[in-house]
Amino acid sequence: MAVGTAARERVERLDRIWQERPGFTGWLTTTDHKRIGILYLVTSLAFFAAGGVEALVMRTQLAQADERVVGPGTYDQLMTMHGVTMIFFFVIPLSIGFFGNYLVPLMIGARDMAFPRMNALSYWLYLGSGILLYSGLALGHAPDAGWFNYVPLASRKFSPGTGVDFYALGLILNSVSSTAAAANFLVTIGRLRAPGMSLNRMPLFCFAILATSFSLVFALPALTTDLVFLELSRKFGLHFFDVGRGGNPLLWQDLFWIFGHPEVYIIVLPAFGIATSIIPTFTRRRMAAFPLVALAELLVAFIGFGVWVHHMFATGLPEIAMIFFAAASLIIVIPSGIQIFAWCMTMVTGKPEYRTPLLFIVGFILFFVFGGLSGIMLAAIPFDQQVTDTYFVVAHFHYVIWGAAVFPLLGGLFYWFPKVTGRMYDERLGQTTFWLVFIGTNVTFFPMHISGMLGMPRRVWTYPGHLGWGPENFISTLGAFFLTGGLVLMAVNLVVSRFRGPLAGPNPFGGATLEWATSSPPPSYNFAVIPKVSSPYATWDEDDRETDPQRLERGDFVLEGGHLTPGTTPVDGHMDEILAMPEESPWPITLAFVATLGTAFILANHLIMAAAMAALAAAVLVAWHSGEPEAA
Amino acid sequence: MVPLGLPVLLATGCNSNQAITNPATRPARDINTLWWAMFAGAMVVFAVVVALLVIAFVRRGRPGEPSHDDRGPYKVIIGGGLAAPIVVLAILFGFVIHVMPATSSPPGPTKLTVDVIGHQWFWEVRYPGTPAVTADEIHIPSGTAVDVRATTVDVIHSFWVPRLNRKIDMIPGQANRIELDAPDPGVYRGQCSEFCGVGHAQMAFYVIVQPPARFRAWLRVQSRPAATPTTTAGLLGRRTFLTVGCEDCHAIRGTSAAGRVGPDLTHLGSRRTLAALTIPNTPRMLYDWISNPQAIKPGARMPGFASLPAAQRHALVAYLEGLR
Repeated sequence: MAVGTAARERVERLDRIWQERPGFTGWLTTTDHKRIGILYLVTSLAFFAAGGVEALVMRTQLAQADERVVGPGTYDQLMTMHGVTMIFFFVIPLSIGFFGNYLVPLMIGARDMAFPRMNALSYWLYLGSGILLYSGLALGHAPDAGWFNYVPLASRKFSPGTGVDFYALGLILNSVSSTAAAANFLVTIGRLRAPGMSLNRMPLFCFAILATSFSLVFALPALTTDLVFLELSRKFGLHFFDVGRGGNPLLWQDLFWIFGHPEVYIIVLPAFGIATSIIPTFTRRRMAAFPLVALAELLVAFIGFGVWVHHMFATGLPEIAMIFFAAASLIIVIPSGIQIFAWCMTMVTGKPEYRTPLLFIVGFILFFVFGGLSGIMLAAIPFDQQVTDTYFVVAHFHYVIWGAAVFPLLGGLFYWFPKVTGRMYDERLGQTTFWLVFIGTNVTFFPMHISGMLGMPRRVWTYPGHLGWGPENFISTLGAFFLTGGLVLMAVNLVVSRFRGPLAGPNPFGGATLEWATSSPPPSYNFAVIPKVSSPYATWDEDDRETDPQRLERGDFVLEGGHLTPGTTPVDGHMDEILAMPEESPWPITLAFVATLGTAFILANHLIMAAAMAALAAAVLVAWHSGEPEAA
Repeated sequence: MVPLGLPVLLATGCNSNQAITNPATRPARDINTLWWAMFAGAMVVFAVVVALLVIAFVRRGRPGEPSHDDRGPYKVIIGGGLAAPIVVLAILFGFVIHVMPATSSPPGPTKLTVDVIGHQWFWEVRYPGTPAVTADEIHIPSGTAVDVRATTVDVIHSFWVPRLNRKIDMIPGQANRIELDAPDPGVYRGQCSEFCGVGHAQMAFYVIVQPPARFRAWLRVQSRPAATPTTTAGLLGRRTFLTVGCEDCHAIRGTSAAGRVGPDLTHLGSRRTLAALTIPNTPRMLYDWISNPQAIKPGARMPGFASLPAAQRHALVAYLEGLR
């Protein structure tokens, strides 16, 4: 494939146009979705480590009856921080922030996200909210009312310290970040797909991110409303949840779970998307029943909004209402089942090659089915009323959230490692990691089903010896350390391979989606020539890919006149307009800094300073918008 | 396979006194049956998926390129992901509807009503129509449907005796009800199962099921005011109780002590445990509890009285243990 002079000149011109400031400051002002993705990756993994240490301290405390490693005050903070960290600061930022950000523009053949500066703002707000939350822990005032923070326990009367304020304000800031990110994905997926990528040619991973983003946009307002009500009650004495003044504590629960159950699917849908990326690659077969799987991904997100009451079956609701929500909770099995059988049948009719990423997906399928089955049990009202708030539920949601949602993320880290770094990880160590983590997960979380069935409530910092919960807890604790060993091995593998791994080339696994059609790591503009797309497996369409160098030589869709990317119609993916994209900018990080500082002032009751920060934020927005890119 | 180990592992703890798998009443038994039925069904489904994954593994080395023909897979996907779940879920749904009435709140008042009121972190127990008030021990007659009205004075707690029935949350502003109808006398352990703050792990209670005659006798005793101490230590103990601050939080019927913050102590000597089942009710333990409750139940609302002369603390123990 000889590269002609014209092609070389075009590539050099693109390099110049899309080049960002070098060095450390370049990371602060970047609007490149790939660099923002890497910022999300590093930050979310740091929070993962923190959440993991919190879990290990809890497991050590629970290793045997009447243990005194930590007291209840510390334990309650660890338990709350573990939940909040893993959900809001690890899984979602890793799946949406890193995988979504890094991969969606590449998979749809775009040069960036639709709103690159808002994308940067999302990241910096996420970092700000994380720092805010963890400064509570550093000051010894971490939230301690559990991740779902029920009132009246979380009210000023029963939680007089600032811990709950760190939780509420930190999560409000985090919600702004996630809402902006979700809106960005909706527009990116809707409008920036390469010409020719009609919806039925869009990779299933993008369907998953689309479904997730819809869920986020509709679910987060419920949480934010709830948190604002809580802060207004705590700071100014309003009565949203106060029975004596016409409020109701169940209002908190309803709003929380209207967000909280879609949240489960927000967590697990990107994992489905990763599974549908990895399976075709390693089975050399297109996903079976593509349209059904795409529809199922969207249906899961939709039905996920109609099941929240199953978190409240023990609160004394009318039985008719509970039966409705139980039925909805059962119906969601159907789109999940369709996907499970589609993954399995793709593997049965394909020719699977069990390398590390696929092993993690096999693990994922097993955990998802297992955790899904215990989930169905929790829709059975009387059984739920018996085991809710016991370790059975802890076991169930760790199979789903850790086993089913995080396993594909781990597999995905291996799978896209060569794309992001340009180097290969060590396959043998990767497979060893899988077995350690797979076994560790079962040893840690399986016994919790049993301790739950034996009557052990969740969120207890200690338990007496005579109830028979000792062996299960001891095994769980051993498993947790075993699991950690596997994760440390993975970290070592990936960090060493980042510097010493053999060069990977553009497509080491023979992947089907467009990210594999460009170099590893991709250039800042992703594709020198906007790729032609005629199926959801664009990189496997060899005829199309062979024309790319010629089109580059001819200058057909190179868009070298500036920071440009094609805008297409939402359904058919017809060419619509050439969009001018903004360049790197110092304003997103500045705005996030001001917003975080303003939130911290609210927390510290310096309301005048908070108002000053709001005014400053408005000024920053003016400066931000004074530098709009010229329309092409 | 790990899941198949479940029945074995469960069996080892099956007869523990808080196990769901050790039911003692009709609703708890129905739920247990529902559980084992769902467990069996779940294992079948799990086995199907495992079988597909095994088939994929075994066939991985067959010659030729994989086929992209979707007709065969569609049949399995529609059958396994749509048709089979509809049937299985309909059956499960029917089973759930069938079990629900047994676990529902009683439709109307039953022969005996007991009020259980959640506190951070103990259980106040009242018998409407009698002056009896106790804590952390709910005595009920066997073979009688008892209507438990579950409420709270502070945060949300959850009333749960797994061997007798499912749980019910205790929520401010609403009175949830649950029926306890135990055929056999015995002592059944329950525990708070909604996170309620630092004392959550140490907020347990007993339901003590007695033959009706013994229950009535017990209730008669509990309805009486506290006995007047007859020993010098007891008299000193009562004087101490009424002067050093105990009466601000605790009530002892028949004395001027009428606090409602801590448990009613009118018949403390008759109870099996202290501090919501945290420690057995013995003079030695009560002495330790009065001296330094935080060492026994961190976060407990009760202040320590270690500054009180030991003689007065011993007198308090003598007085309180005499309240039978």
